[in-house]
Amino acid sequence: MTTALQVQDLHFSYHDGHAALRGVTFQVCEGDKVALVGPNGAGKSTLMLHLNGILTGQGEVNVGGKRLTRENLSAIRSMVGLVFQNPDDQLFSPTVFEDVAFGPLHMGLPMNEVESRVNAALEAVRMTGFRDRLSHHLSVGEKKRIAIATVLSMDPQILVLDEPSAGLDPRARRTLINLLRELPITMLVSTHDIRLVQELFPRTIVMDEGIIVADGRTNDILGDEALLTAHGLEKP
Amino acid sequence: MHYSPQPLHIPDGFLSFTVSVICWVISAITIGMAVSRSNKSLGERQIPLMGVMAAFIFAAQMINFPVAGGTSGHLLGGALAAITLGPWAGMLVMTAVIAVQALLLQDGGLLVMGANILNMGLITAAIGYGLYRGVSTGSRSLKLAVAGIAAWLSVMAGALFTSLQLWLSGTSQLQVVIPAMLGVHALIGVGEALITVAALMFILQTRPDLLGENSVSAQGSRGWMVAGVLITLAVVLLSPLASADPDGLERVAGDLGFLGKGVSAPYHILPDYTLPFLGETALSTILAGLIGVVVVGAIIVLLGQGLKAKS
Amino acid sequence: MHFDAFDRYHDSESFLHRLDPRVKVVAAVVFILSNALLQDGAWIAFGLSWLFLLLANQLSNLGLGFTFRRSLVALPFALIALTVLFSIPGKPLSSFHFLVWDLTITDAGLLRFVSILIRSWLSVQMAILLVAVARFPDLIHALEHLRVPGILTTIIAFLYRYLFVLADEVFRLMRARESRSAAAPGKRAGGSVAWRAGIAGHMAGQLFLRSYERSDRVYNAMLARGYAGHMETINPHELRRRDYITVALVLLAILFFQLVGRL
Repeated sequence: MTTALQVQDLHFSYHDGHAALRGVTFQVCEGDKVALVGPNGAGKSTLMLHLNGILTGQGEVNVGGKRLTRENLSAIRSMVGLVFQNPDDQLFSPTVFEDVAFGPLHMGLPMNEVESRVNAALEAVRMTGFRDRLSHHLSVGEKKRIAIATVLSMDPQILVLDEPSAGLDPRARRTLINLLRELPITMLVSTHDIRLVQELFPRTIVMDEGIIVADGRTNDILGDEALLTAHGLEKP
Repeated sequence: MHYSPQPLHIPDGFLSFTVSVICWVISAITIGMAVSRSNKSLGERQIPLMGVMAAFIFAAQMINFPVAGGTSGHLLGGALAAITLGPWAGMLVMTAVIAVQALLLQDGGLLVMGANILNMGLITAAIGYGLYRGVSTGSRSLKLAVAGIAAWLSVMAGALFTSLQLWLSGTSQLQVVIPAMLGVHALIGVGEALITVAALMFILQTRPDLLGENSVSAQGSRGWMVAGVLITLAVVLLSPLASADPDGLERVAGDLGFLGKGVSAPYHILPDYTLPFLGETALSTILAGLIGVVVVGAIIVLLGQGLKAKS
Repeated sequence: MHFDAFDRYHDSESFLHRLDPRVKVVAAVVFILSNALLQDGAWIAFGLSWLFLLLANQLSNLGLGFTFRRSLVALPFALIALTVLFSIPGKPLSSFHFLVWDLTITDAGLLRFVSILIRSWLSVQMAILLVAVARFPDLIHALEHLRVPGILTTIIAFLYRYLFVLADEVFRLMRARESRSAAAPGKRAGGSVAWRAGIAGHMAGQLFLRSYERSDRVYNAMLARGYAGHMETINPHELRRRDYITVALVLLAILFFQLVGRL
């Protein structure tokens, strides 16, 4: 199996000296769907921001066999589709079309390819009819799906999602879970939604205080009550 | 990401006492009018609106977009504030923004704050609103086009007033500061215009009610059109005049007793800011101005790169 | 990532920290005013003003060099005053050739240039010290007492409160944009400048609407707590003897600098 993502001994401290990552090592193989859980402040979001070089700490990040460096940053950004927690941050254009087209346009793709990529991305998140809608007027669940489409249009090799189910009502959450299950793409998803983890992800990584404290089969981890309590998680 | 100081914020020390005080008086009178109008005509709803919008302008000034060579464009926001909130509220919001930048971040001085408020807050709002008000019932594309022109002009007016104040203070030579400031801001103004138009387009598309006939922004009277057009005319007429005939302007200022001793005297930098091999033609003046712009631009790029490399 | 970096207050229990904020504002403004009034080349008065600044630094418990470290922020602006080096008639000091110009630095020009820089340098340090020793909300109270219209101080108070919230929003928007700013191999990435400016404009528009709607929620929350169009503030500041004496001493010192500068 090919490695899609490999992180080697990653360290990172914020300006105020707070060490958010203290030696993180893991890898994700192509086609894997991996959940990333842990309490607030465990370093999950910080780790995700390293995967496409928004933040750079000490250590190694390899995407699709290429080491992330300053030189290939913009190439890596098209390979790692990072979806932020708050879709309002991601949707900064007036219409859905413009937002989904931002990535491909920035890459300098020709207009007809941009068109077809936008259509394919909207199709993938089941939002084809929303092309000309105003992002501002969508529901939270719709915004989340459009946010995912804005990175799918860049044709990424791995999708990285931060808290995709936060703030969704049960129906929107169900739609999202079905969508994530169907998307044929490697995925790393940070979440507090343990039932979502149980349902979707065969493998789970547990982070706390800037390190990985457990990495294994979801069933094993969710069955280990001592581990869960030690890191502020609850049994589903 | 860092807060980046903007070129129009004059620090203390660069304007003379007299110029600073005169600007403070003009600004204080205008702000006083804005305060009394706002107290009278605006509902209680306006207070939190203006407060949060002041924070919006402050934050929106941090949105940047890469231009070239490590430089970036961003928004000043005076025209946008006045178009969206109405002229008086726009002026109060800009005053608050400039005051906080000076007090909290030392971006712009305290004694010269009157001048900074005048240049970046009051004039920009008057031009932005005055021109836009004239077409506020027109078609969407007309409104957007005029808003863009108004945004560009507001930046140019700010730059022109800043230059004049620097010159009257004996800090800069008129022949250099006018072409350099106007040249650089002609480009900065394009960024301002593009951002302002795109922001308005976004608002018109998403919440057209905020810019409609019954919105706060439509509260300014038609008198603003006159004010906006007059200030614009002054800027449009004064800039070429100042560039073409600085001696004339200097004579006027000298007669009025403005100029400090020793500044209005003959210059050692090229006489009248021309290139020797072209003689005293308009082309020569323009070329000399362009060279000035390129040199200043290059220095700014180099400084920017240097600072970036350090951080 | 938060924008606490905006707040440049340094907590301490020093003499300056304990003064009434009005005194601090008045002293800082008078000092800056005095710098503007000093004539070019009033070296002794400039020197005394600098000692005054050092004393203020010392009284703030922040260390003698505290304001010096951040004092170069206004330096790039010196560019704008560069022409006085050559434009004021006087004894030529040095001539050189720059591009197409023959430039001559004169003694009078140099004197003026250096004086402008010193004025700016001293003034900016006092402004730095002011925010370091006075909490921003206290400064707003001081402005209220100093007869700044209430509507303006209220706007400033709101601005200060929501500045951090909205700056964080801008930061997240820009991060989301950066995250999708990729390049395809062999293609020129980034689009045109106008396109990029338009995207920035959309972000500004998006932020405008969110701010507008936030102000609605703020207003409702204010109504829910009994707001009726007037902001009541409790103001704990009271001028004490120490404050009066300090103002008097500062004014005397400044007067003395002005006299020395004019001798």
